[in-house]
Amino acid sequence: MAVVKLDSGYNIGVPQAACTFVEHAAPSPAKPAAAAQDTKLPALSIVSTGGTIASRIDYRTGSVTSQFDANDILVAIPELAEIAHYRAIPLATILSENMTPVIWQELARAVHDEIKGGAKGIIVTHGTDTMAYSAAALSFMIDTPVPIVFVGSQRSADRPSSDNAMNAVCAAAAATSDLGEVAVVMHDSTNDDRCAIHRGTRVRKMHTSRRDAFRSLGTEPLGYVAYPSRAVTLAPEAVRRGTAKLALHDKLEPHCALIQFFPGMLPDILKAYAGYKGLIIAGTGLGHTSTALIPGLRKLTEDGTLVVMTSQCMHGRVCDRVYDTGRDLLAAGVVEGGDMLPEAALVKLMWVLGNEKNPEKARGMMQESLKGECTRRSAHGL
Amino acid sequence: MDYKKAGLVAGIEIHQQLDTAEKLFCHCPTAIRENTEHSGEFSRFLRATVSEMGEIDRAAKEEMKQDRLFHYYTYDTTCLVENDEEPPAPMNDEALDVCLTIGKMFNMTPVPQVHIMRKLVIDGSNTSGFQRTALIAFNGDLPNGGKIETICLEEEAAQRVKDEVFSLDRLGIPLVEITTTPCMHTPEDVQKTAEYIGMVLRSTGKVKRGIGTIRQDVNISIAAGARVEIKGVQELDLIAEVVRREVQRQQNLLTLRDELKSRGASIAKESATDITALFKETKSTVLKKAKKIHAILLPGFAGLVGREIQPERRLGSEMSDYAKKCGVGGIFHTDELPAYGVTAEEVTLLRTHMKAQPADCVIIVSGVSEKQAACAINQVIVRAQIAMSDKPVPEETRKMLESGSTAYMRPLPGAARMYPETDVLPVEIDDARWAAVTIPELLTARADRYAKEYAIDRPYALQLAGSEKLPLFERAVKDGIKPKLAAFSILSTLTELRRDGVDTKKIRDDAFLATLQAVENGQAAKEAIPDLFRSIAEGSSVADAMNKLAPSVSREELETIVRKILTDRADFIAQKGKAALGPLMGVVMAEVRGSVDGKLVSEVLRKEIEIVLDKGV
Repeated sequence: MAVVKLDSGYNIGVPQAACTFVEHAAPSPAKPAAAAQDTKLPALSIVSTGGTIASRIDYRTGSVTSQFDANDILVAIPELAEIAHYRAIPLATILSENMTPVIWQELARAVHDEIKGGAKGIIVTHGTDTMAYSAAALSFMIDTPVPIVFVGSQRSADRPSSDNAMNAVCAAAAATSDLGEVAVVMHDSTNDDRCAIHRGTRVRKMHTSRRDAFRSLGTEPLGYVAYPSRAVTLAPEAVRRGTAKLALHDKLEPHCALIQFFPGMLPDILKAYAGYKGLIIAGTGLGHTSTALIPGLRKLTEDGTLVVMTSQCMHGRVCDRVYDTGRDLLAAGVVEGGDMLPEAALVKLMWVLGNEKNPEKARGMMQESLKGECTRRSAHGL
Repeated sequence: MDYKKAGLVAGIEIHQQLDTAEKLFCHCPTAIRENTEHSGEFSRFLRATVSEMGEIDRAAKEEMKQDRLFHYYTYDTTCLVENDEEPPAPMNDEALDVCLTIGKMFNMTPVPQVHIMRKLVIDGSNTSGFQRTALIAFNGDLPNGGKIETICLEEEAAQRVKDEVFSLDRLGIPLVEITTTPCMHTPEDVQKTAEYIGMVLRSTGKVKRGIGTIRQDVNISIAAGARVEIKGVQELDLIAEVVRREVQRQQNLLTLRDELKSRGASIAKESATDITALFKETKSTVLKKAKKIHAILLPGFAGLVGREIQPERRLGSEMSDYAKKCGVGGIFHTDELPAYGVTAEEVTLLRTHMKAQPADCVIIVSGVSEKQAACAINQVIVRAQIAMSDKPVPEETRKMLESGSTAYMRPLPGAARMYPETDVLPVEIDDARWAAVTIPELLTARADRYAKEYAIDRPYALQLAGSEKLPLFERAVKDGIKPKLAAFSILSTLTELRRDGVDTKKIRDDAFLATLQAVENGQAAKEAIPDLFRSIAEGSSVADAMNKLAPSVSREELETIVRKILTDRADFIAQKGKAALGPLMGVVMAEVRGSVDGKLVSEVLRKEIEIVLDKGV
């Protein structure tokens, strides 16, 4: 079917055979001019990677894709110009399910260069699906003195109700605040009243479509940004601006995987991971697989794969010392992953194995907090 | 009024809610709730977005003159789709079928493939900021030779509770929008066409009934005027009046422009100034509360700003509506002052301050901030410029006021407000689907049939054909109940009981039919029906109600009762003779408590009276 736009604005589908070629359509209107900026305001860099916050309708497929750059965001959200002046770095225009560790590395380098170049804060626009992975990746790869704020939107930017504007404004406010770590800034509730600032290694997307899908698990958010006042409040635990000295550690070991255990999982599956440098298991409850999997796991650890246990419960701490299965897992060489989120643990494993060649040291690093990804005390429940 | 000479051209859009099981783009029921039943609330901002053509729609821009936070009520019958927190479900097939049926009834052509669009609406009535709508069929016929342009299927907007609070129960109910061509030329034409289309819609038996379930928008223009869309005419009877008044308004705006021109009127833009200090000691509550008061001089406008252009509407009211877009409560103009607590002295002071000549008008606005007052003055300038221009009737969307006059809402939307709904896949309407659509009997045809087959009066038959209880009537007739009895019980008895405060919804169809059946079988009198229904509505079973109100009485028992009554009233009979029949009917009926049909009572009573009289002779 060919899509015909009527004068009334309606589209209808008509069989192609019923259409006659008249002429090629006029080119689409010119891109908007660069938005006016006040250079007296703090310098921020917007690194755009794509995602819903920057999505537009693709007339080729009729679906929503990311083909928007940072300047378009400034034009679409004029309030941003009241908060800072911006450099726009178009890094990628991908939906976040297409993100890779290689792009994480490019992103880390770009962000590092911007901070080195004088940026007082960084905003990374990102698709929400894998935003938590990228935020964790940058947490490990960069020691940052300034805020690195990931932001996205759950409802497409074309709609008047989109959460993109409020999220972006709150992200800019957080990026000019006293924060000094990698964070995700997104709606705190379904209301347009405040955004939460989540630590990059403790945040997870917990709903497919709601605005307030992002949650800090096992900890309170690092702070909040009120809207429309843009007032930022930070928790005492939040790392402050200037605490760390800028450094880039951009090596990652890509041969790592995350698997979720399920009842009846065939031990054969583990053979697929032979030769992998690291494996995260999202086990059941306190951190279990079936007994049937233990020989396979032992084989992996003996062959040099670092196997780390996390829990698919998301909330709470792994403890493999309570039940027999757990003790057998420990005996098989599996490392307890504490209260790390499985995704953050995966990214950390890639980073640890990329930067630490000594297996014993690497095991140790997986059990200590590097960037707030695990806590020593379980202070919070569900 | 010669409407032909005036060049009246009018078209209508009819919006009718469909009575489907689920909403158009989610699986929630199409139930309207009481606001007090809401289970949650949330609040959001809406902002105008750039369309696919790279522009912001002018109607959307107008709504965005101020930042507005909207509040929404949620219910246990609404879901994340209404909250704009979840992508929509595929288009409701049942609703599409009803829409296709209506299209076929108007002899329309369906589109080969339906594409769902997003129509920008940022007045808060749609949580997403757009209304989903799709063109389903086009090019239909009306019996008076007029044409239907299109039929669209769209989602109903949320109901405004008050100000910026909306209720989500109504959002997403399927709504058909039927648009005629501008094919009407008198106010009566418009009303008749609306009535006809409404009748066709009700013939499907799949539309919602009651206040607010059908709304008419009227498009009107006259020669040298402009197209104006009047929204939300809910009462059919008002349509013709709305058209008459709009013609009057447009003509008066044209005359007013000529007069402004001949007077050499102008707009002293540079005169716009802050006059807050002038009203420091004012008794006017509105001005006293104001943080900022601004004024502007309109040379040559005196008397014209306050002149009526439509009952209760003036050029001043139009300026006021424009100014309200900035969030102010309205305007004051010197044509209406002194009033509203503003004294004659203050008016003199104001006129002197603004250097106003007797032929000039001064407009003042009050706002909570410099920005708001300046915005409002600017809107007044915009409207005054239009009044003096070559096109003094602006193209507008207006809303109907109670009387049939109208107020400005926003500019007519442009094509920039429509773009594709990418979350819903297109739906093909192939030949097989179209061929399978069956056309229901028109209510008018059905009424003709009832009148003929059942000897029911035509107006009564039409009322019956249009009644929600029509299926009940058909079932009653099928069960062997006399059509007239069934029709009377549905249209009169139930209605009267309802007006008496009886909850007739509690009378289930089965109980209704069983009661009428008992009457048909002679177990109860026709006269007992209201009491039986009343008792059933109060919770009795049919059997209990019959026992209480219509215990069976045999002919012999009836004769005994009648004889006793006649004996007790021998004098009365002697005095009245046969004429005693009438008064005594009531006495006997009361005694048998509705168990015996009036006809039988009358027959027995007459016979017994004759016997008594015979004896007496």
